[in-house]
Amino acid sequence: MREAPILAVLFLCALASVFTTIGIVVVLSEEAVGFFRQVSIVEFLTERRWTPLFVEKHFGVLPLLSATFLIALLALAVAVPVGLGAAIYLSEYASARVRGVLKPALEVLAGIPTVVYGYFALTFIAPQILRPLGQETAFSALSAALAMSIMLLPLVSSLSEDAMRAVPASLREAGYALGSSRLEVAVRVVLPAALSGVMAAVLLALARAVGETMIVTIAAGNIPNLSWNPLEAMQALPAYIVQVSLGDTPAGSLEYKTIFAVGLSLFACTLLLNVAAQWLLARFREVYE
Amino acid sequence: MAPGPLPGGVRVTAPILTQTPLGRRHVMRRRIAAAVAEALLRMAAMVGIAALVLLLTVVTRDGFHRLSWDFITSFPSRFPEQAGIRAALLGSIWVMALTTVIAVPLGIGAAIYLEEFAPRNWLTRIIETNINNLAGVPSIVYGLLGLALFVRAMELGRSILAGALTLALVVLPIIIVSGREGLRTVPPSIREAAMALGATRWQTVRHQVLPAALAPMMTGIILALSRAIGETAPLITIGALLFVPFDPRGPLDSFTVLPIQIFNWVSRPQPAFHEAAAAGIIVLLTVLLSMNAIAIAIRYWSERRRQW
Amino acid sequence: MVSQDTPRPSNPIQVPVHHITTGPQQPSAEEPIVEVEGLNAWYGHFHTLKDINLRIPRRRITAIIGPSGCGKSTFIRCLNRMHELVPGARVEGKVLFEGQDIYDPQVDPVEVRTRIGMVFQKPNPFPKSVFENVAFGLRIHGYRGNLREAVERSLKAAALWDEVKDKLHQNALRLSGGQQQRLCIARTIAIEPEVILMDEPCSALDPIATLKIEDLMRELTQRYTIVIVTHNMQQAARVSDYTAVMMMDEDRGGRIVEFGPTREVFTNPKDPRTEAYITGRIG
Repeated sequence: MREAPILAVLFLCALASVFTTIGIVVVLSEEAVGFFRQVSIVEFLTERRWTPLFVEKHFGVLPLLSATFLIALLALAVAVPVGLGAAIYLSEYASARVRGVLKPALEVLAGIPTVVYGYFALTFIAPQILRPLGQETAFSALSAALAMSIMLLPLVSSLSEDAMRAVPASLREAGYALGSSRLEVAVRVVLPAALSGVMAAVLLALARAVGETMIVTIAAGNIPNLSWNPLEAMQALPAYIVQVSLGDTPAGSLEYKTIFAVGLSLFACTLLLNVAAQWLLARFREVYE
Repeated sequence: MAPGPLPGGVRVTAPILTQTPLGRRHVMRRRIAAAVAEALLRMAAMVGIAALVLLLTVVTRDGFHRLSWDFITSFPSRFPEQAGIRAALLGSIWVMALTTVIAVPLGIGAAIYLEEFAPRNWLTRIIETNINNLAGVPSIVYGLLGLALFVRAMELGRSILAGALTLALVVLPIIIVSGREGLRTVPPSIREAAMALGATRWQTVRHQVLPAALAPMMTGIILALSRAIGETAPLITIGALLFVPFDPRGPLDSFTVLPIQIFNWVSRPQPAFHEAAAAGIIVLLTVLLSMNAIAIAIRYWSERRRQW
Repeated sequence: MVSQDTPRPSNPIQVPVHHITTGPQQPSAEEPIVEVEGLNAWYGHFHTLKDINLRIPRRRITAIIGPSGCGKSTFIRCLNRMHELVPGARVEGKVLFEGQDIYDPQVDPVEVRTRIGMVFQKPNPFPKSVFENVAFGLRIHGYRGNLREAVERSLKAAALWDEVKDKLHQNALRLSGGQQQRLCIARTIAIEPEVILMDEPCSALDPIATLKIEDLMRELTQRYTIVIVTHNMQQAARVSDYTAVMMMDEDRGGRIVEFGPTREVFTNPKDPRTEAYITGRIG
């Protein structure tokens, strides 16, 4: 075929994405392997202090990991109920006109760069809302989490709404025909039917929250701190990588390799969450398509 | 037939519902609960808008007065009153231009391959799953890839080019998805008609499908690129600088971008720098808004023109 | 003006008087242009065409009729190698075009489609100007002559020129349904195929547009062979010289049960299923 060269070019374009994944895995593993030659995995996973940049070095990732998940879960604790509520309203109650206004507004929210949320957390949420509530430091997990929850709202809302609208009208009609109110149909018929879709939405939001960098870097703090107190400052996984990148760490040094070990942990967490979400979504679609 | 024992001793009873009185109080309670619930749900839907309004108000209040022509044309400085976004803005323009040139052809090529040519086999499915997964990888991980591959291995240094290549990888999955969605808006009958005239698949795509799909593709691509403008983490990781007091002159120069400049100012303790950050945010959001408006305008115009 | 005898309930449809086949009672003695031998087709595991044998006479109109779902469209798509574009589709057997098997591995399907063209059930002009629609085929095949003249010739041959000559650069989608279909015919004949396959070309059109296209078909047989799939028996009776009847068997696969000059098939069918279909007892 005379067109073989064109086809080859297009195929290579498609392969670029595969190469990207291979690149990520190779790069992270290679440097992480170098790291784990010098630091045992056991220490990495169980030591409770993370001080690779100090003189006395400890390489326990727990403080970073716990901060990341604390912030993410706090953010979800706000974003999921509100987002789900918004989704129920938009999918079961709102008229087309109201939807036409609310949905684009939410889409705008989704497009705002995360540095803006970081700014909002540091200059507004922390001093104006949390300080009166007893927060003493300028940085805290809660401050970052609240800003993050606003960022996650459109994601949770639109994915949940998609899941609920995929539930066929016949199920709703059955509910109404049995004398249920709108709320009852929404909560007891549609929501259960859309459950795996909604759970997938939550997992995707969690993955997004775990990987989110700028909000936690700006608002949560730069000192690793293994604590469950949301009003304290702490450093999340991505924030550590930023901290090192802004410094003058020589390539090849142990400190340099730490960012790849941390990056690998981050990648592993988000990959697991995303795969779980895709699996749930596939199961959900099977039922309704 | 009168109620009462049927032959064989079967009793017919009256239906259950009419035996339970539906008192007015019971109905009232259900109605109030329903109204309260609806109000709560409506509030939930409004939280998003309220937060958006609050955010924009805070930013505008903090930074509007700092906006000026000087702000846009000055370099950053130790003195917050004199700091400007010039280098950052130029850096953003450079990086975005290169990113677009790299990512858009790659992404559209991949989209065309997957949508028009790829056989339905295991390799195609791997590629598609892979793209979905890539869309969920945190952008900072792309930064690590860029650091090891473009900055170090390919020795491009902490340059605009390394930044653009990294950012191109970040937006590639979204561009591919937008490209495929754009191609799907073209009905299959057009492809059939072309092939029945003896056109090869590529001729069909190049002359009929792609021109028809261009506008919807553009909408998605512009939206994807507008996200890229706000990307900070991967560029910090590959070594974009925080303080750049010069104009970048070529793709191998070091650089900074607008969101990084904002981050830099936010990280300083002085409130005056925070105001500069807010002003920078206003500029960033304005650029974003314009790009979104263009994308929506294209979508609107193309849907009106479309005759099928 | 087409006139028709009113069909009497128990008799097959009478062929209108003015349309008398002048040829011999059997398929033309000259070589058929397309010969189908032992054609079988599948969609995945579903055996949709079973052992089709047919000879399509050259420069005549051959109609394929039969109840819906029996595989008529699938059949003609096998004649220009469009069937294989469906994922999971498979073909076995031979289709000889001018003596050469189009399914021979050496044969380029793209080439086949330039010699055997197709017009679809729903008119599908490109979302471009009238001119560009007709010119497309010429351009991609590297036509070196005067494009404008070629486009005008095709539009005239499709009986569309007068209606569009002032609107050549208008978007084709603004034409009426019947005009769009004639445009599709024009762009097909622009590349001068030898056979034109038509898959229920009038079923989406109103009666007046339908008649215009039927008249056009008769004119086109001066240069082209036409194979038309139709579920409208009156149309087949009006328009075609030869008719093939397809039927579904128990496993829903399609077979040709009868073939012959139209007048014979409609007045003196040999297969009982043909008669049942024509008189409306089945299908």
